[in-house]
Amino acid sequence: MWRSAGLRSKYDVIIVGGGGHGLATAYYLARNHNVTNVAVIEKGWVGGGNTGRNTTVIRSNYYYPESAALYDFSLCLYERLASELNYNIMFSQRGMIITAHSRHELDLAARWVGAMRRNGIDSELLDVTAIAKLIPALDVSTSARFPVCGGFIQKRAGTARHDAVAWGYARAASERGVDIIQNCEVLGFVAGSDGAVSGVETSMGRVMAGKIGLTVAGHSTVLAALAGFSLPITSYGLQAYVSEPLKPVIDTVLMSLATGIYISQSDKGGLVIGAGLDRYVSYAQRGNSAVLRDAIGSVAEQFPSLRRVRLLRHWAGIVDVVPDSSPIIGESPVRGLYLNCGWGTGGFKGIPVGGWTLAHHIATGKPHPLAEPFGLDRFRTGALIDEAAASGIAH
Amino acid sequence: MLLIECPWCGPRDEIEYRFGGQSHVVRPAKPDEATDDEWAAYLFWRINTKGPHAERWVHEAGCGCWFNVIRDTVNHEIVATYRMGQTPPLQMARGKTS
Repeated sequence: MWRSAGLRSKYDVIIVGGGGHGLATAYYLARNHNVTNVAVIEKGWVGGGNTGRNTTVIRSNYYYPESAALYDFSLCLYERLASELNYNIMFSQRGMIITAHSRHELDLAARWVGAMRRNGIDSELLDVTAIAKLIPALDVSTSARFPVCGGFIQKRAGTARHDAVAWGYARAASERGVDIIQNCEVLGFVAGSDGAVSGVETSMGRVMAGKIGLTVAGHSTVLAALAGFSLPITSYGLQAYVSEPLKPVIDTVLMSLATGIYISQSDKGGLVIGAGLDRYVSYAQRGNSAVLRDAIGSVAEQFPSLRRVRLLRHWAGIVDVVPDSSPIIGESPVRGLYLNCGWGTGGFKGIPVGGWTLAHHIATGKPHPLAEPFGLDRFRTGALIDEAAASGIAH
Repeated sequence: MLLIECPWCGPRDEIEYRFGGQSHVVRPAKPDEATDDEWAAYLFWRINTKGPHAERWVHEAGCGCWFNVIRDTVNHEIVATYRMGQTPPLQMARGKTS
């Protein structure tokens, strides 16, 4: 897969966090900017955090132009990622359907679709008949607990193999000279004489680098505290479930506005199900039973034929939620230390663009145009990109 | 399922409550004179402690009262609950200052 590398004492760039975003950052540093003296330092194993804990949905149907541009660039990178990395990431553009369950939700959906189309994102309103045809297992009857009034679809959305994304980026980065160091925990930061960061203290010893990227999702505030600053981030558990393998029953991705559940079927046949956040601060990586009950209850109501399906696995990832539900990409208060965090529940779809833009900022010293609106400073200036309010997303 | 002790009603299941974020966030004393940084700190910056965390909960399906909880965010153990306006127990010193 990738080279087994020992930790050296000095690099040009260190990336803390060996998930999708960290590995993509290292890969694009090498590929786009010819910066190859790079180490990715991972506390656990590559792709073992949120990259391995999400529901693998990739889409770009956001409300604000800044978000649409960012996420659609990511989707476009995903569309050619398998050939780019020479690694089958199994990106399946099976479409994502969002269902509205009241007249008011349908009004909102129409407003979103208008904005998305204006942003150049493929979005189409669907009526109930079209939804019933696309998802025959969904209960769209008028007597349903959650009757369907309509919805919309992004046909270019889909799912990918999450582990393959991490492994593909890791192998491609390694081939270009990046050292990937697993089981190495960052314990602190080394400050240079001018106040800029000059290295990290790790469980394998001190490593020096003039530029350091933080790509640690739910642990961003923990690492920031080691460097002496805080962030507008709250960490929550986001749970997901996989069922026993079934014959094909749903060949698209469904998200229900009324219940907040989303569901797709993996190539192995398991139903991959997600729902809303566990609504209290957590670092526990396990979901609570109240949210589990609500999510599974919703699936049973909306898909009567799935009522007796059993779950195989249940887990949670620790997601980094910011007040406006948009990522933070760019400089931190400490010179030389760069941030890629705040993706909340939507980090997987942002992996390529998160890596691309962070690599650009680290290599050139200037924000990438796509990432410029997503700087940390927006929480002071008030220029928020409030996707939580705008596009009804959970994160 | 968490078992949370409401200071007014006693121990009840988690589903009766709603989480309300970090406790003891102080609004700028003179809002008209507060700087952008002070507003940002009040509105957006949070401690997000990994460990004992002082937070507000409301007993939504019970008495409707807000109160404070000190809960470990790693293992979810509830260390203490106390009423609004009460002095927090000593343990929260770790959670209160960043």
